[in-house]
Amino acid sequence: MTAFALVLLGYQIRCAVKNQIWVGIFVRHTSDHTRRVIFPIFAVFTFFIAGCTQPGPGQLPGDVFDPHEMVNRQNHEVNRALDKNLVRPAGVGYTKAIPDDLEDSIGNFSSNLGLPSAVVNNLLQGNVEGAFRNTIRFVVNTTLGFGGLFDAAGDFGIDEIEGDFGQTLYVWGVPEGAYVELPLLGPSTERAAAGKLVDLFSNPLSYVLPSPEKYVGTGAGVASGLGNRGRYADAIDAILYNSADSYAQARGLYLQNRRFKLGDGDAAEEINPFDLNTEGF
Amino acid sequence: MSNVTRRHAAGLVGAGLAGLTLTPSSALALDNVSAKQLVDELVGEINRIIGSGKSEQAMFRDFERVFSKYGDTSYIAAYAMGNDGRRASGAQKKAFSDAFQTYISRKYGSRFREFIGGRLEVQSVRPVKSWFEVKTTAYLRGESPFTVTFLVSNRTGRDKFFNMFIEGINLLLTERTEIGAMIDRRGGNIDAMINDLKNAG
Repeated sequence: MTAFALVLLGYQIRCAVKNQIWVGIFVRHTSDHTRRVIFPIFAVFTFFIAGCTQPGPGQLPGDVFDPHEMVNRQNHEVNRALDKNLVRPAGVGYTKAIPDDLEDSIGNFSSNLGLPSAVVNNLLQGNVEGAFRNTIRFVVNTTLGFGGLFDAAGDFGIDEIEGDFGQTLYVWGVPEGAYVELPLLGPSTERAAAGKLVDLFSNPLSYVLPSPEKYVGTGAGVASGLGNRGRYADAIDAILYNSADSYAQARGLYLQNRRFKLGDGDAAEEINPFDLNTEGF
Repeated sequence: MSNVTRRHAAGLVGAGLAGLTLTPSSALALDNVSAKQLVDELVGEINRIIGSGKSEQAMFRDFERVFSKYGDTSYIAAYAMGNDGRRASGAQKKAFSDAFQTYISRKYGSRFREFIGGRLEVQSVRPVKSWFEVKTTAYLRGESPFTVTFLVSNRTGRDKFFNMFIEGINLLLTERTEIGAMIDRRGGNIDAMINDLKNAG
């Protein structure tokens, strides 16, 4: 099984990120032993993956680097078709059928299960305070919040300090790489995609929980995703179906938001209202 | 008339009377307090419109009024048009500016429904070069709080917001991408884009 994983990795290293989802499906079904063996391998290889496409010298840091635009646009059309025919109707139906409170609880439950993974990444980044906060949050929500169904910690102002392996790679100095739109998973960068792959292994819960239980988390994650698709249907529809170039919109929104969350650059510093010629407008 | 505008109206008259002996910046000094006040008022107006229970069409008109009162509309339009603005005629610029104002009020006005029951709170103000950045936190049902930032300048001689960032997403940059794509789709025809804008959003 490990050999198979490495073959898939080899594929990944050549930046064939478009097949990533199959790797994802594969690793979900590997044994715990295999996971323990290949986690460090993944961690090392992601360096090479994330570093594999770099912008040329003329590129500004705030710019979009999209050398795979043709493939990305094809994937975008696949994702749009998938959304239109499956995800959107399911999401809207889900939001209609499930009462708001229950929907919130499922969302809370799902994000609570992600906290141990965030803690691992906080620690890998040397963010001890973040790891501490997320640990408290996890303990409070799991106990006072009835297994994570309620965000009790949020009521005390203990909000999540996000942590994923893509972010860890950023902290470690790995460049962003090219923009990619992955089938099913949507907008990403080479660095973030590599991080996602590692995060399939970085949640301690997946090593601790026995087999049927851990799929509850996956189920809650899917449900929570559908809930968001339904709840923000108008906003997402506006981008996917009502904009002149939905691919460019999704790319711009993703990159700006991702860089903001990483604290990479200060976008507000880049514009000077006094520099623009507004005559006639 | 609000305190801010009254004060600035007085400032404008004062500056006008004093002529060149008084630098406009000292008469119209934008500071942390006035930048915060502008955003407080803006947020208050938006919350009032959302809570008014009016029809959607009436709300869009209200948003447009608020937008033109608090926003640096000519800057916003010029930014959104980007490089294509350089080859636009005066009439096209004017027509675009008007159409864009209506478009943006309709587009974001319909989004504000998602804010019902939520609130925006002003957190901090900091000077950036010659303008101010006002950070607010948005609280929505079932969501982790997120950051909405307003950029405020007195470029026009009055405190106006000239851009907005939601979780790092530059709204004007987003609109520039959209307008650029609309112009491309019309083979570079600015008039056709302006016409499309009337039905877009």
